[in-house]
Amino acid sequence: MSKPTLDRADVMKKLMAVRGDALAIAGLGSPVWDIASSDHKPENFYLWGGMGCAVSMGLGCAMAQRGRNVWVVTGDGEALMGVGSFATVAAQRPSNLAVIVLDNEHYGETGMQQAATSHGTDIAAMAKGAGIPNTMTVTDEAGVDALAAALQSGPLPMVAVVKVAATKPNLVLPSRDGVYLKNRFRQAVLGATEAMHQS
Amino acid sequence: MADAWTVEAHRLLKKHGIKTVGYVPDAGLTDLINACDADNDIKAVVMTTEEEGIGLSSGAWLGGEKAAVLMQSSGVGNTVNAIASIVSSCQFPLFMIVTMRGQYGESNPWQIPMGQATAPVLRSLGVRVYEVDTVEDALGAIENGLKMAFVSNAAVAVLIGQKLIGAKSFIADVAEEVSHV
Repeated sequence: MSKPTLDRADVMKKLMAVRGDALAIAGLGSPVWDIASSDHKPENFYLWGGMGCAVSMGLGCAMAQRGRNVWVVTGDGEALMGVGSFATVAAQRPSNLAVIVLDNEHYGETGMQQAATSHGTDIAAMAKGAGIPNTMTVTDEAGVDALAAALQSGPLPMVAVVKVAATKPNLVLPSRDGVYLKNRFRQAVLGATEAMHQS
Repeated sequence: MADAWTVEAHRLLKKHGIKTVGYVPDAGLTDLINACDADNDIKAVVMTTEEEGIGLSSGAWLGGEKAAVLMQSSGVGNTVNAIASIVSSCQFPLFMIVTMRGQYGESNPWQIPMGQATAPVLRSLGVRVYEVDTVEDALGAIENGLKMAFVSNAAVAVLIGQKLIGAKSFIADVAEEVSHV
């Protein structure tokens, strides 16, 4: 297997250019810095913990916000920890949920230890096996363009694995205050009154 | 006929605007899961592990909806880091109904350690725990737990005891005949 060559910052720039009004959940680790550096706004929820929960969180959000797309952007280690969530998503078939796995085949936040994806584990195949109807693996620029198009045209749900180089990301850090991030997101999505005085 | 507490529990979930119910099945939850599944106003989501329920519930809240999570006591062990890291750090509301094993009249010794640990583990995470053994107490805890969770951004677990739901009988529940080797 050849080493991934795509630059994660370039990938994120291209994908975020077609984001529209999609809501974004960032999985623990580099995807938090990736989204913060490429498209920081209130409609982003950054997971500073809870490894393995990004996809289930995206599912809950997508089921509550049927009229908007929800993008989960996460890493290969985070996705593997909650890999059963692909089956849970497949059973619900939310037509507004996209999962983008930036797969650098390593645990980037803990010292770049090799992940199972370094040894042949294929997350797109796992998602397909879980019953996700639309899966893809992206390894080059043309693939990134195809993914950007698919994110706009669907069909969703989809799981896209983007093989990216194991480089250090730009450390653009959003707030670490979970209560603030939660309320900021809800206010942006629901409006101030509904966000703070739910019935 | 459905278990007495589950008919009212389902009504309370609806009354408090629960739109999504994530569950990992348990025998004691069968009637409540079936009631949610048959209800067009509630999306019943079968999960592969209880931890997903914490993500699902928090994600629903981000999107402006209320979710509840149903599980067996063993499943509480699978939720620990998600509750601590996500629910506590962000003060997400969380409402769980947990049916107990390993607590009263248990026939499977492997269920007993986690059954004994369930309440203290939840309390150590800052979850408000209501242990109930009667229909009346269960419904009171569910009603008030739902209020606390979603009005006060609290994490609440109602533990339904085996005095109420009964201890699982292998002979009655699993097979027509049981033999031992």
